[in-house]
Amino acid sequence: MSLLSAQRICVRYGATEVLHDVSLAIEAGEIVTILGPNGSGKSTLLRALLGIVPVAEGGILRSEGLRIGYVPQKLAVDRSMPITVRRFLSLPVRVGDAAAAEALARVGMGGQEGQQMSDLSGGQLQRVLLARALIDRPGLLMLDEPTQGLDQQGEAAFYRLIEEVRTLTGAAILMVSHDLHVVMAASDRVICLNGHICCEGTPRVVSNAPEYRALFGLGTQGALALYRHEHDHEHADGPAHHHHDHDHHGHKHGQKHGHGHDHAG
Amino acid sequence: MGTNTGRSTGTGTTMLDDFLVRAGLAAVGLSLATGPLGSFVIWRRMAYFGDATSHAAILGVALALATDLPIGVGTLAVALAMAVTVATLAARGWAMDTTLGVLAHSALAFGLVAVSFIPGARTDLSAYLFGDILAVSRGELLLVWLGALGVLALLAWRWQPLLTATLSEDLAHAAGIKPDRERLVLVLALAVVVAVALKVVGALLIAAMLIIPAATARSFARTPEAMALAAIGIGALSGLGGLGLSLWKDTPTGPSIIVVAALLFALGTLRRRV
Repeated sequence: MSLLSAQRICVRYGATEVLHDVSLAIEAGEIVTILGPNGSGKSTLLRALLGIVPVAEGGILRSEGLRIGYVPQKLAVDRSMPITVRRFLSLPVRVGDAAAAEALARVGMGGQEGQQMSDLSGGQLQRVLLARALIDRPGLLMLDEPTQGLDQQGEAAFYRLIEEVRTLTGAAILMVSHDLHVVMAASDRVICLNGHICCEGTPRVVSNAPEYRALFGLGTQGALALYRHEHDHEHADGPAHHHHDHDHHGHKHGQKHGHGHDHAG
Repeated sequence: MGTNTGRSTGTGTTMLDDFLVRAGLAAVGLSLATGPLGSFVIWRRMAYFGDATSHAAILGVALALATDLPIGVGTLAVALAMAVTVATLAARGWAMDTTLGVLAHSALAFGLVAVSFIPGARTDLSAYLFGDILAVSRGELLLVWLGALGVLALLAWRWQPLLTATLSEDLAHAAGIKPDRERLVLVLALAVVVAVALKVVGALLIAAMLIIPAATARSFARTPEAMALAAIGIGALSGLGGLGLSLWKDTPTGPSIIVVAALLFALGTLRRRV
């Protein structure tokens, strides 16, 4: 059976229905990305699957004994709290030094146990959060916009790390993102969300789906403003982004550029 | 101030008969609770929250005097009511700066007015505002230690989930911890500390006793545990130092304790700059 499945869940904040009739299932070892514009309910969906947000209707099923590792969208460690990376890894369950060292090494933060959390850069912090989620040897890893605030290089490196983690540990991975390019390349399956599931499938199938193209305004002038680019597109086009290379004009967040977006046509 | 009514009458021979020993023990006992709790107050930016709860204690004193209940019971009940109210409003997203300002000062003002209606209580008021540690009786000393050890045990028991919820409510939720419940633990601990500390430093300075030693400890600590332990030590040192200052210069004891705590904070800050 699936590791985790949601059956026709609805989530409401007061009178506002944020998620409507969402069903999905995560299988062992796959990388699934939930993609959607801002306000589409993707973070809410992840939080509902984790049990942070209550569902108004429908149900969520977890396979028995499933351990979930969670990497939150951001963690603001106040300077008023002194806490080392090592101490942080032992929250809320205390872990041994060997397990902590192994997890840190896996995310490329080996030997950083003594660092203060508040001194870490954004990329380092994401890696430590990932290390913490990995310690428990989870069967499913959930990440909420894990690369927010990282530059393009850091972002690509982080997704490579995620794939590595899947290969090494066999954990399934469920991510939330609003970023099309990198995620498309790194996912087995993409779920397009806008309050409800618009379309889903392999990256190739989804990127050709009319629902997806409508949601992200592909092919309509300037509608990219629907979603925010977090990065500045100063990198050279990698092969992973090849089919999107018309996007790379060094544009800034949601500016109206008349680029064609007819890659599928 | 400093009505030294607790002096041994000469018949007893144990150490606890000495009012100074009792005062010193009360100060040390209190810091056992204020060290770790004060650390949480700082980490969670609850300073004003401590103010509101401790100011409400004066209202508790008035109610206790009017109803012939023990002072400790009155302050504990009102502090708890205030703490729960504030925590509930905070959870509902009220503008805390304004809400706490209104609640803290209203509670203090209502308390002061209410006390003035009670015959004879008006003269004792400064003891509740600034503490009366030199007059701590054996029974009160026992209550201070029981309350402080109770708070310490509560915080030690909930330490891991409390720390997790303080760092990130989402991380806590995902790990099956209920942040609301952990917040309630802190609220309860705060009410107990207020009731216990009223006699030692007085309602006006309880929040200072929570914040200043913990803030001083921050400069020396690399982990949350180290900060909480250092805050206990610095709090105890402030208590004993303030007691000494009070005896030496005949100053009010409660404020003297805070003066010493503030001096230690300044020293810690200077040491860091050098």
